[in-house]
Amino acid sequence: MKTWTFFLAGLAVGALTFGAARLTGNDYVFFAGYVVLQSVVLATAWNILGGYTGYVNFGSSAFFAVGAYTTVFFYKTFPMPVPLLVLCGGVVSGIIGLGMGYLTLRLRGAFFAIATIALLVVLQTLIVNWTYVGGSRGAYIIRPQSVPLLGSYIQYLFLIMLTLAVVAVTCARLIERSQLGFGFAAIRDDEMAAEASGVPTLKLKLIATTISGAFMGMAGAPFPYYISYLQPSSAFVLDYSVNAIAMSMIGGTSTWLGPVIGALLLGTLQQVASVTASPAVNLLIVGLLLIFFVIVAPNGIVGLAQSLRARMRR
Amino acid sequence: MASFNERAATLPCLGTPACGMSYDLLINAIVAGLLLGGFYVAVTIGLSISFGILDIVNIAHPAFIILGAYVVYIVNSQFGLDPILVAVVMLPVFYALGAGVYQVYFLSFERRGQAALRGLAFFFGLLFVNEVALILVFGVDYRYVTAPYIGPSLRLGPIDFPLRMLIPFLTAMVMFAAIQLFLSRTFIGRAIKAVSQDQLALRLMGADPTRIKRIAFALSIATASIAGALLIIIQPIEPSIGREFIGRAFAICVLGGMGSLPGTIVAGLLLGVVESLTATFHGPSWSPAISFGFLLITLAVRPAGLMGR
Amino acid sequence: MSELLAVENLGKKFGGFVALDGINLSVRKGERLGLIGPNGSGKSTFVNCICGTLRNETGSVRFEGALLDGKIAHQRTRIGLARSFQLPRPFMTMSVADNLRIPLLYTVNARSGPRITSGDAAARTHELLALVGLEAKALHRPSDLTQIEMRKLELARAIATEPKLLIADEAMAGLSQSEIDDILKLLMQLNERGITVILIEHIMSAVMSFSQRLVVFVSGRKIADGVPTDVMRDPDVVRAYLG
Repeated sequence: MKTWTFFLAGLAVGALTFGAARLTGNDYVFFAGYVVLQSVVLATAWNILGGYTGYVNFGSSAFFAVGAYTTVFFYKTFPMPVPLLVLCGGVVSGIIGLGMGYLTLRLRGAFFAIATIALLVVLQTLIVNWTYVGGSRGAYIIRPQSVPLLGSYIQYLFLIMLTLAVVAVTCARLIERSQLGFGFAAIRDDEMAAEASGVPTLKLKLIATTISGAFMGMAGAPFPYYISYLQPSSAFVLDYSVNAIAMSMIGGTSTWLGPVIGALLLGTLQQVASVTASPAVNLLIVGLLLIFFVIVAPNGIVGLAQSLRARMRR
Repeated sequence: MASFNERAATLPCLGTPACGMSYDLLINAIVAGLLLGGFYVAVTIGLSISFGILDIVNIAHPAFIILGAYVVYIVNSQFGLDPILVAVVMLPVFYALGAGVYQVYFLSFERRGQAALRGLAFFFGLLFVNEVALILVFGVDYRYVTAPYIGPSLRLGPIDFPLRMLIPFLTAMVMFAAIQLFLSRTFIGRAIKAVSQDQLALRLMGADPTRIKRIAFALSIATASIAGALLIIIQPIEPSIGREFIGRAFAICVLGGMGSLPGTIVAGLLLGVVESLTATFHGPSWSPAISFGFLLITLAVRPAGLMGR
Repeated sequence: MSELLAVENLGKKFGGFVALDGINLSVRKGERLGLIGPNGSGKSTFVNCICGTLRNETGSVRFEGALLDGKIAHQRTRIGLARSFQLPRPFMTMSVADNLRIPLLYTVNARSGPRITSGDAAARTHELLALVGLEAKALHRPSDLTQIEMRKLELARAIATEPKLLIADEAMAGLSQSEIDDILKLLMQLNERGITVILIEHIMSAVMSFSQRLVVFVSGRKIADGVPTDVMRDPDVVRAYLG
């Protein structure tokens, strides 16, 4: 399938999803769906760096939070419509991703992973001490009661996240099948051999951190409008980092489909579980699933399906 | 951004009518930093073995420390036993736990050559599961222990030595010395130091590298029992506090030159002092960023030193 | 013949250990050079410094007259300096054919000249695989290959960069005599096409039959450089090899 065809098909699936959700006539569906779609974007973004190049980012929450706080900042200085804020969040997080890459990508993978945790704490400390965006007390965002055409505001946010998810997945698929994605895979398999084959590893890794960071920031940008009261402790929670990794690993990291499957499955499971179980139980399940999958099915659900198909063919 | 500067400008003047640098405050901050740094050495020494020597990126190390602290808390609150005594008694249990974790790690990742990406995710999962499980059992309330040395202080002139800090400092130093002796004087200890560099030589000497690594990793987790006791003596704890120590422990480990025990002690004390000075003169809300900032700068500035192993 | 590679006073230390100690070496275009030395004599460090995998502390490397200082590994590959690794390092998640597409896309296409389309790439990959006798394994993963096939793939990937200078780092260790002859024939063919070859090898019969010139390293120093038969009679070389 050509990228444009795929993108349009994605939009069509999105439109159907939106229509179906409207048919339920229940705004809760949109509240829950928003979180699931946000997971799709975060997992897809994580996978562009983590799955394709093999560099583990534990700081997804930081990039998400930077997107969210960019919105808070502009809410106070120069109010804009949410789609523009998404772009702003993407740009700022992308720049942070680029800087992060410059700082650490000359190092071996493990140091990069540790540095991402460091980045998380440093950024959180900066935000906690920055009173303009609310500091440790947090910031209120007053969202309009309704929007024209759609009615409820949550449906508007849902639609934005849905579009973003389609864009992110299309972009991930495009990268995967391009020369760029081919180079990413070479880096993941053997960085030294990649260099000896002429792959400009540093440049490619910087591209990956920038794109990955930008999408995470975009996922975070509408968040203040979603919860309407943003605290550092709600934006910087490790949960986003764990979810992004777990969803990608459970789905399978080598293709665009893996994170999507992982996020839809795990995200929906979490939304259902959140009705009955405490959030802690919820996260415990995610953590245990992550450990289980990395040990038992290292290539995730997609990997399982592939090996099953290969076995049937024989 | 104005608020940063205001605080920075006013705090150093506390307690000094002439608004100059208060030497008492400075000396006390340095002493407090050294004591804190000693504790950081206890937190890091396990990581210096697992990450520094064995090249196993155990980001869950702080989680094992928190686990140790909760074990100490349970026994202390039920039976009133001394926290450090409890930790010493628990050493074999943590050693066994470490051996078990290594076995899983070895079979699932190291042997398959997938240590990099999936091994990291595995330890991250452990870290997270430990934290959430503790929240489920104990909630997010702060827990603390009781011991005769929590509260009183030793005073030498103007300098304050809170026993709550001094006892952990001394315990950490004893543990450090014991491990240093073990690594440099025993056959297994020297084999541990050699395991990452020359597995062939080890095999020729009749030592099984996997067994040596298992012993070393188990030892690294055993130190978490002691470090956990020291942690809960120093401050009340809740499950998610372990994260703060990821940055500290890795910063010290990297700064100390990856697996060098003398380097670990110097870096630990240094970080303790810098953090203490920052907390005293700029406010405690900045101190978490110090260690991580340290780490980021070390990673960015000295990559050659880090990679040239 | 003009000079292709010029190494001057090259030095590298690891901590206190001197791996390379002031190496001087000049390689002419089209030459077949053998490089030998005991284990730990600095041969692989030498390759790594020339190819930009490691950074030398002293001295300089010139390639076609241009100074290579500060050029990172992939840039050196692109100007025509290729190497095979002593222990094969294939891209494990890709097919054997895709392993060769990486250098085609990232090295050959990065040079000025006609770009390789995906159709050309498939044809060239096939040609390269035929050259090393791996056509049948094109769609297999490297993990399906034998140790020998892995070495051939390693060599093919280096050749795929269309180099001016090829450094083959112990490409023959563990191979049988007929397989060694195959690889020697292949290297000769490449040399006839004008590619300069540096062969680093332990197997003396292979080195002696291949090399026009022989260089010997001992403990990070060059102790001999000249016509192979003369070099092997050099008392220093004899002492280094026989103790």
